[in-house]
Amino acid sequence: MSRERTLRGRVAVVGIGETQYYKHGQSPDAEFKLALKAILAACADAGLDPRQIDGFASYSDDRSEATRLAAALGLPRLRTATMQWGGGGGGCCAAVANGASAIATGQADCVVVFRSLAQGQYGRFGQTSGVNTASGEKAYLMPYGVLSPPQRFAMRVQRYMHEHGVRQEALRAIALASYHHAQANPRAVMHGRPLDEARYDESRWIAEPFHLFDCCMENDGAAALVLVDAERARDFSNKPVYLLGAASGSGYRFAAHPHNSADYASANFGTVARDLYDMARVTPADVGVVQSYENFTGGVVMALAEHGFFKPQEANDFLTLENLTAPNGRLPLNTSGGNLAECYMHGFELVLEAVRQVRGTSTSQAPRHDVALVVGGPMVAPASNLMFGSEDVL
Amino acid sequence: MTTQMTASYLPEGLPIPVPEPDGLSAPYWAGLREERLLVQRCAHCGTWQFGPEWICHHCHAFDPEWVEIEPRGRIYSWERVWHPAHASLKNHGPYLAVLVELPYAGLVRMVGNLLGDPMQTVAIGAEVRGVYEHHHQADPAYSLLHWTLA
Repeated sequence: MSRERTLRGRVAVVGIGETQYYKHGQSPDAEFKLALKAILAACADAGLDPRQIDGFASYSDDRSEATRLAAALGLPRLRTATMQWGGGGGGCCAAVANGASAIATGQADCVVVFRSLAQGQYGRFGQTSGVNTASGEKAYLMPYGVLSPPQRFAMRVQRYMHEHGVRQEALRAIALASYHHAQANPRAVMHGRPLDEARYDESRWIAEPFHLFDCCMENDGAAALVLVDAERARDFSNKPVYLLGAASGSGYRFAAHPHNSADYASANFGTVARDLYDMARVTPADVGVVQSYENFTGGVVMALAEHGFFKPQEANDFLTLENLTAPNGRLPLNTSGGNLAECYMHGFELVLEAVRQVRGTSTSQAPRHDVALVVGGPMVAPASNLMFGSEDVL
Repeated sequence: MTTQMTASYLPEGLPIPVPEPDGLSAPYWAGLREERLLVQRCAHCGTWQFGPEWICHHCHAFDPEWVEIEPRGRIYSWERVWHPAHASLKNHGPYLAVLVELPYAGLVRMVGNLLGDPMQTVAIGAEVRGVYEHHHQADPAYSLLHWTLA
């Protein structure tokens, strides 16, 4: 057996599933029921008896606990249950890596990775309420009206735009690409709600430099995928989608509070992108399609630059609607509509979309789809990313 | 050098800053109440550090000293906030938040509000000085540090 320490080619995705995606507060189902529905949908997609699940992985303190899921589903045994540290969507790829690691090291055989989130039932990320005092990082921010995620990230993006001369049009192109792809995707909450330049420009400011359409939605729903050992993957009906690599973490003192990151104007992929490309043994030129977490469009600008697709000073030229849309763009981006226009499933909808791209079943299919990149929550710590690939690139 | 404000920049009702249960930041918040800006500086290696921590991130000496510094700096980044994310901010705004780097304290950064016209043009790099805002009537009482163009 190889002693190389890698996840490359060891584990594959054989099933994906999600609930209907809702605007926040509109799910008729409880959050835990949403989780169950997504998990069963992923098993059905794989053609797998759900009783074969022996592990769960999630992130951002998902409330649908692994042990409750195992009891609810009557699983004969649970062998792994991992939660990625850190809030936000920074763990959406790391959760897949954690599940895959359990399989690759023989601790489990069939791990479901999922995220369930009903913001209408448990409080919205974009509003602060019922808080009388604040301590720690929040104490340095909240009394000054820096409360919600757009307010906490706008200054990183403002600094980045200042340092590299990035214009508002670059942010706009990312929003337009997500909305463009959502029009082809019947799952998307913003399906049938197109966005053009004028509507973006006229939309209200949330926190400069973010317009309304630079900010992700808030939604209710759940999404899940099934991981098995690569040796078993061909036994399933779907085309196997292999994990080529995964990385997570944080650069030097990136999480230093408040806003004291050494590399402040950054999405925090300086170290994480390099680790991913090393494990996946691919280069940016090999990547045919990208799903990059849009908490805010400005974070996507940084994340794509840090993954080597362009230099920061080239952002204005690279980031155009033409370049970012399937099938003809140089780098089709967020081909399901992503957090902006498909569903804010905390980034897990992006992971599922990357699986569809490698399978060749996206509603906005990229022509080069043997190597698909997913980039988790930019500007948070820890951040994470992963690379999927087809059998041809193993 | 610094001036005390008469009215608060933002409406009352936002979360009140308090030290963590372990008291890590208590000297900082107590300092603001006395119009003294305190930042950690390691007595062993001289490294500045903010926010506070129990250890110096450079040399790993424990319990960095709190040192009083001049509340002067320059704008490192900024944002104009329009959408109210808290009930007390409804129908208030826009307002300006700035990230200020402090050249007298190893370029550590602090977030505050930039006083004056909320629609003013904000320039990254502009020199600013600190202005204390006291909330003596709050329970618990606290003070904030805002910034104004120098």
